Amino acid sequence: MTGAMDPAAKARAREIGERLLGAFLRAGAAEITPDFLQPAGTLLDLYGEDIRARAYVTSDPLRGEMMLRPDFTVPVVEAHMAAGAEPARYCYLGEVFRRQDHRGTARPSEYLQAGYEVFDRTDPEAADAEVFALFARLLAHLRPAATIGDIGILRAAVEGIDTIAPRKDALLHHIWRPRRFHRLLSRYAGLLPVSEAQSALVAGDTGTGAPWIGLRSPEEMAARIAILRADAAAAPIPAAVVAQFDALFRLACPAHEAPERLRALGLPALDPAIARLERRLAALAARSIDTSTLWFEASHGRSTLEYYDGFVFTFAAADAGLPPVATGGRYDALTRVLGGGREIPAVGGVIRPSVVAGLEGRR
Amino acid sequence: MTIKLGVPSKGRLMEKTFDWFGARGIGLRRTGSEREYAGAVEGAEGVELVLLSAGEIPRELAAGRIHLGVTGSDLVRDKLADWSTQVAEVAPMGFGHADLIIAVPACWADVDTLDDLDAVAHAFRAAHGQRLRIATKYHRLVREFLTREGVADWQLVDSQGATEGTVKNLTAEVVADITSSGETLRANHLKILSDGLIHQSQATLFASRMADWKTDEAAARALLAQLGFAEAAEGGLGGLL
Repeated sequence: MTGAMDPAAKARAREIGERLLGAFLRAGAAEITPDFLQPAGTLLDLYGEDIRARAYVTSDPLRGEMMLRPDFTVPVVEAHMAAGAEPARYCYLGEVFRRQDHRGTARPSEYLQAGYEVFDRTDPEAADAEVFALFARLLAHLRPAATIGDIGILRAAVEGIDTIAPRKDALLHHIWRPRRFHRLLSRYAGLLPVSEAQSALVAGDTGTGAPWIGLRSPEEMAARIAILRADAAAAPIPAAVVAQFDALFRLACPAHEAPERLRALGLPALDPAIARLERRLAALAARSIDTSTLWFEASHGRSTLEYYDGFVFTFAAADAGLPPVATGGRYDALTRVLGGGREIPAVGGVIRPSVVAGLEGRR
Repeated sequence: MTIKLGVPSKGRLMEKTFDWFGARGIGLRRTGSEREYAGAVEGAEGVELVLLSAGEIPRELAAGRIHLGVTGSDLVRDKLADWSTQVAEVAPMGFGHADLIIAVPACWADVDTLDDLDAVAHAFRAAHGQRLRIATKYHRLVREFLTREGVADWQLVDSQGATEGTVKNLTAEVVADITSSGETLRANHLKILSDGLIHQSQATLFASRMADWKTDEAAARALLAQLGFAEAAEGGLGGLL
């Protein structure tokens, strides 16, 4: 059945996990051991119903709805925000649990993760490079294909559009939902027909004859109608901008070419983000990473859970049927959400020891 | 051993199912007292009638305890993960039509589409500190639909009945439910989103991919041929037989 591993493979994965944990400890991280059971509310609030479909939900008579931890990042961030001194480096080794809704894939529903997380506000690009280079060194013997991206560049591109703020907010909100993002961008560019209902509403016909029901208030509706009217009055986003976004999302090239290729898109708002990318690439090169064999994809990280908001990376095996060997990225916004008014730049990632074991076994 | 046919145990769904099989020369009827869930099959050899709640038929098909079963296409899609790997659709039966839709308060003049719903959910979460609540019993279908459409900032609240009343009772802002005429929705001051159709359901004859068809292959082929699916029976119904 899905998820079952033979005892020898399990022992091998555990052994590799211990080896990775040892390397993380030597790199200066403190080990952290979060609970298996996590309050569901926090995770649901962060990730929405997606996480309910992917995680095992159970109930506790006193603590309410709980989840078998689907990842370590949230409890690690919570632990740091509650008590951690700065800067901090954490590592962990343990099982995560993911419901598998598809019978064919044979993806395991429980597996080990070995992780390393850096909370450091002094030099974010150096911290990005530290995590990536550490993973690259630990996985070098497997010769994985590494891909990097940067959600910060996508955010900068949206923030740089010359249009009204509500449009930019909506686009920023949907960077991780490509389908809705493109639909919104098309609508703001005037490429989609405006429905009759919408035209009537904007023209002032807001009567429905229906009694008011529900928690949403008439004032909230009035506020939204005001936004719709402002939107109808605003100039459409030029088609040329939509084309620039298409080109940006398609951009994929060796990492050392990425800054030049991004500049060639002609989006001046990207300059600070491109400068950060250049600093990160320099920091990687200083740690002996060859950025000409490293792959950059502008859309990388768009279809994963939405907490990565800057640098993202994946180490993948040559066999596309296998899950990635390692993934990670920057999640500054997550520390803000969980920090109760405080925040700290944070970056980290996880390695899957069972995938490492499988690849080592083939050699 | 016999080929087991699962049929809803009561109501119009049962009667219509009996009619549908009857029109194809197979007599299904309940036996014993009015309250006893026992049935008989006439006109087909080696077929046993199993009377079940329509809601349990997907599970019984997935477990392979029945070979064929009649239930709503919505229930199969909602209750079974990766449903098409567990059961095969033999035939839509032309009755039991109902649409699974998303409905919002009729007083929301600014909401007509999923685009609107998404924008409202985002603003609602900012204003109320919680995600927009959608009451439904069709968790998988609704979740997959809204995720595919890229709608954010909602949560599902379970509602096993009287779902249309949840908005007025302030336990949800939106409902996702089955409707055929829309009358209950209108009576509860709700309206359907113009692009909020999640699934058009009807009673459907399903075949289990998990059942042991070798138990009486001849009876299975004969039954499918008599129902007018000779070709499907010949082709092994996609590898089932």
